[in-house]
Amino acid sequence: MTPLLSAEGITVRYGSLAALDGVDLRIMPGQRHALIGPNGAGKTTLLDVLGGSTRAGRGRVLLAGRDVTRLGPAARARRGVGRIHQRPAVWSTLTVRQNVLVAALPRAVRPGRWHPSARRRAAARTADALLARVGLTEIAAIPAGHLAHGQRRQVEIAMGLAGRPRLLLLDEPAAGLSAVEVGWLMEFLRTLPRAVAVLLVEHRLDLVYALCDTVTVLRDGRTLATGTPAEIRASGPVREAYAEGVA
Amino acid sequence: MAAGIRFDPYVVPALDGVAYGLLVFVAAAGLVLCFGVAGILNLAHGTLYAIGGYTAAALLDGGWPSLALALAVGVVAATASGALVAGLLTRVAARNHLTQALLTFGVALAGGSLLVSAFGPDDPPVRVPAALDGSVVVAGHRYAAYRLVFIVVAALLAALIHLVVRRTRAGMLVRAAVDDAEMVAVLGVSPARIRVGVLAAAGALAGAAGVLGAPIIGPGPDTADAVLLLSLVVVVLGGLGSMVGTLLAALAVGQIQTLGVALAPSAAPFLLFAAMAVVLAVRARGLATVRRAT
Amino acid sequence: MRRGAVRALRRGVAALVVVALVLAPWTVDDYTVALLARTLALGLVAVSVALLTGVAGLPTLGQTAPYAAGAYASAVVGSHLSDVGLVHLAVAAAAGAALAAVTVPLVVSARGVVLLMITLAVGELAVTVVGRWRSVTGGTDGLAGVAASRPLWGLPVLATDRARYVYTLVVVAALVGVVLLVLRTRVGLLLRAGRDDEARLRASGHRVPAHVAGVHVAAGAVAGAAGSLLVVAQQFVSPADFGFDTSALLLLGVVIGGTASVGGALVGAALVVAARDWLFGVLPGQAPLVLGLAFVAAVYLLPDGGRRPRVRGRLLPAVPARRPAPESPTPTGVRA
Repeated sequence: MTPLLSAEGITVRYGSLAALDGVDLRIMPGQRHALIGPNGAGKTTLLDVLGGSTRAGRGRVLLAGRDVTRLGPAARARRGVGRIHQRPAVWSTLTVRQNVLVAALPRAVRPGRWHPSARRRAAARTADALLARVGLTEIAAIPAGHLAHGQRRQVEIAMGLAGRPRLLLLDEPAAGLSAVEVGWLMEFLRTLPRAVAVLLVEHRLDLVYALCDTVTVLRDGRTLATGTPAEIRASGPVREAYAEGVA
Repeated sequence: MAAGIRFDPYVVPALDGVAYGLLVFVAAAGLVLCFGVAGILNLAHGTLYAIGGYTAAALLDGGWPSLALALAVGVVAATASGALVAGLLTRVAARNHLTQALLTFGVALAGGSLLVSAFGPDDPPVRVPAALDGSVVVAGHRYAAYRLVFIVVAALLAALIHLVVRRTRAGMLVRAAVDDAEMVAVLGVSPARIRVGVLAAAGALAGAAGVLGAPIIGPGPDTADAVLLLSLVVVVLGGLGSMVGTLLAALAVGQIQTLGVALAPSAAPFLLFAAMAVVLAVRARGLATVRRAT
Repeated sequence: MRRGAVRALRRGVAALVVVALVLAPWTVDDYTVALLARTLALGLVAVSVALLTGVAGLPTLGQTAPYAAGAYASAVVGSHLSDVGLVHLAVAAAAGAALAAVTVPLVVSARGVVLLMITLAVGELAVTVVGRWRSVTGGTDGLAGVAASRPLWGLPVLATDRARYVYTLVVVAALVGVVLLVLRTRVGLLLRAGRDDEARLRASGHRVPAHVAGVHVAAGAVAGAAGSLLVVAQQFVSPADFGFDTSALLLLGVVIGGTASVGGALVGAALVVAARDWLFGVLPGQAPLVLGLAFVAAVYLLPDGGRRPRVRGRLLPAVPARRPAPESPTPTGVRA
C-alpha cells in the first residue's frame, strides 16, 4: 500500500543549526499519527516542510507517491493537504461563514464540471454543512476578528476541512483551549471520517495516546522512535528524552 | 557597438557617469538606511539633498574655507531635518507605512516650498573652489578638475560607508535590523531611537551629497524630485537593502544617464526605464521560480 | 447598534453626495463645472487606488502610470481614429490594463514599503517617458486641442462644460457601480482575505499571485478609463497631470476616505483635490507649503490606528532575494 505521505531525509538548516536532520516520516491513509518531542525538536518545522511553507534543504516529500517537494503550500493544499496553525489563522474582516466559504473554494468543484456559479454554490454547501458540524451556525455572520480564541480554533478547523483534505496537519490544536473546548476538540477529531489522515503535533500526551494509533518522537531534529502508543510508553530512552526536554 | 566607432569620444561621458553614479550612490545610501533599517520610505529624502545643494550655492565663494563651511552647514542642516522627520514620525510610526509616506510627502512639499521662498524659484549658480575651477588632461582629454576630485572624494565616502556598516557596532545593528527587525528590538534598542539615528544619518549623507554634488546635480525647484526618483530607482535596482548592490546600480545609472545619452540621444529617456524594467523583471523571474510553487 | 448608526450615516452622506453631484452643473459656473469634471476623473483614479491599497492591501503610489497611459491613448485615438467616447474609454482602459499587466512581474511578489517604492518608481518613470516622448505625447507642452467627443455613435458631440460633466458623471457612476458589484462577489472576499492573512490563503490552496496580478490589471483598467475622462473634462493633457504630487494627493484622499471604502475614496479624493485647487486659487505662492502642512496635520488627525494596519505583509520589508539563502527557510519558500 502506498503511503499517503512520505518524507525522506528531510533536512532544514538555519545557518549552522540543523532544525531537522535527515527526518523520515510515513503516514498511511486514514492514519492518526502523532508527532511528539521536547520544545525545539523541530516539530513545527517538519509540519511547515510537509505543508510546503518551508523548503527543505535536502530530502523529498511524496504525496500519494508523487513528488511534491518543489510545490508550495497552495499547490499542496489543492492536492489535499490541510493545515491548522498553532495560532489560529483566520481572515479577521470576513465573517465566520465567509472564512469557511473562501477556504472551500479551491477544491469546491471536481474538474470537468466547470460553471461560473457552480463552484461558489458547491463551496457554500460545503461551508454550511461544516459550520453545522462544528457548531458555528449561530455565529456564522460575525466577523472572525471578533471571536474568542477557542471559537477561532473551531473556525480554522472548519476551514482546514473545507479544503476536503486527505491529510490534516494539526499544530497543537489544544493549546490555549479550556477543558470544555479540549473535550469538544477530542470528540471532533475522534469522529473525523477515516478518509482524512491526521498528523498531530501535541504536547499533551494524554490527548496523543487517546487519539492516535502511531506516535513518532522527534528530538534535536532527528527521529528518536516510531511506534504504537503502547510501544512508545514502554520505551525508556524515549520517555527520558521527552521528560528531560519538557522539564 | 560598430567596429568603426572610436572609443575616444566616450571617455568624458564615461567619467561623468562615474561622478554622477557616485553622487547618486551617496544620496541613495541614506535611502537604503531609512528603508532597510527602519522600514520607512522617506519621500522627503530628495529635499534633504536640496538643502545641501542650496547651502552650497549660498555659501561657496570660490575659496576652500567656504567649501568646508558649506559642507559643515549643509550636513548639519540636513541631519537636523532628517531628525525632524523622525520626530514627526514618532507619534505615527506605530501605524502603517501609508501614513508614513503621506507624512514624509507633506514634509517634502512644505520643505520644498520653504526652500524656494528662501532661495528663489530659479536654479542658483554654484561656484566651485578656484583651484578646482579649471580642467585637467586625462588620457588626452580635457576634464573638469572638480569632477575628478569629486570622484576621488565620493569614492572615499563610499568606502567609509562600507567600513561603517561592516565594522562598527552601529553598522552591526544596522545590518541586524535589515535582516531581522525583531531581533534588534530583542537586543533592547528602542525602535524610536533607531529611527531618529537612521533618519539623521540618512540626512547627513544626503546633505553631504547635496553640498559636494551641487556642481553636478545643482539645486533648484526640481532637484528634490529628481534626486528622490534617481535614488529610488537605484535602491530598487540594487536589491532593496544591499549597499554593494546600490553602488553597482548607481554606477550603472550614472553611465546610462551620461554615456547612454552620448551614444543614443533619442533613446536616452527610455534607457532608465528599460534598465529598471529589465533588472526588476529578471529579479522578479528569479523570485517567481522560487515561488512558482505557491 | 453603533455599526448600524455608522452605516446609516454613510448611506446618508452617499445620497447627499450623489444629489449634489447631479445638481452641481445647474448651480455653479462653467469653470467650476469643468473643475468638477476633472475632479471626478481623479476620483475614479482614487477608486483604483482604494481597490489596491484598501481592499487588497497592496499599497500603491503608481496609479498615475495607467492613468497617464489611458489619457494619452484616449487623446491619440480621439484625434486620429474615432470621436466616440465609448471607444476612447475602451481604448484607455485597455491601455491602462496593458501597462499594469507589463508591470505585474515587478509588483507581484512585493508587499508593503517595497511595493510603495516600486510603484512610485514606475509611476515617476512613466511620467518621465511621457515628458520626453514628444512625437506622441507632445512632451512637457502636452497635447492641446483634443477634439470634442460624442458619447456614442449618433449622439451629439459634448460641446459644453455641462455636457462633458454629465458624461463624466455617468461614466464614473457606472464604473464605480461595476467595481462595487464585483467586490460583492467572491472576488471581493478573496481580496479581503488576502489582505487579512495572505499565508492562510495560500495554505487553503488559493493562487495568490494570480489574485494580485488580477487586481493590479483591473485597477490599471479603471485608472486608464479615468484617463480618458480627464481628456474629455479638460480637453488637454500634459505630464503635469500625472506628477508625484497627484499620487500623494490620491493616497491622502483614499486614506481619508477610509482606505478600504470605494465610495469613501471617491469622496476623499474629491475633497482633497478641491482643497488643493482652492488653495492654489487663494494663496498662489504659499499653496505647496500649506498643502504640505495639511498632509502632516491630516496624518495626525486621522482616526487613530490602534487597530492593526490593514496592509499585506509585515510592516518591515522582508525581501527574500536579499537574504542569505542558507539562513532562510522562510515561510515564502525560498530555496535553501
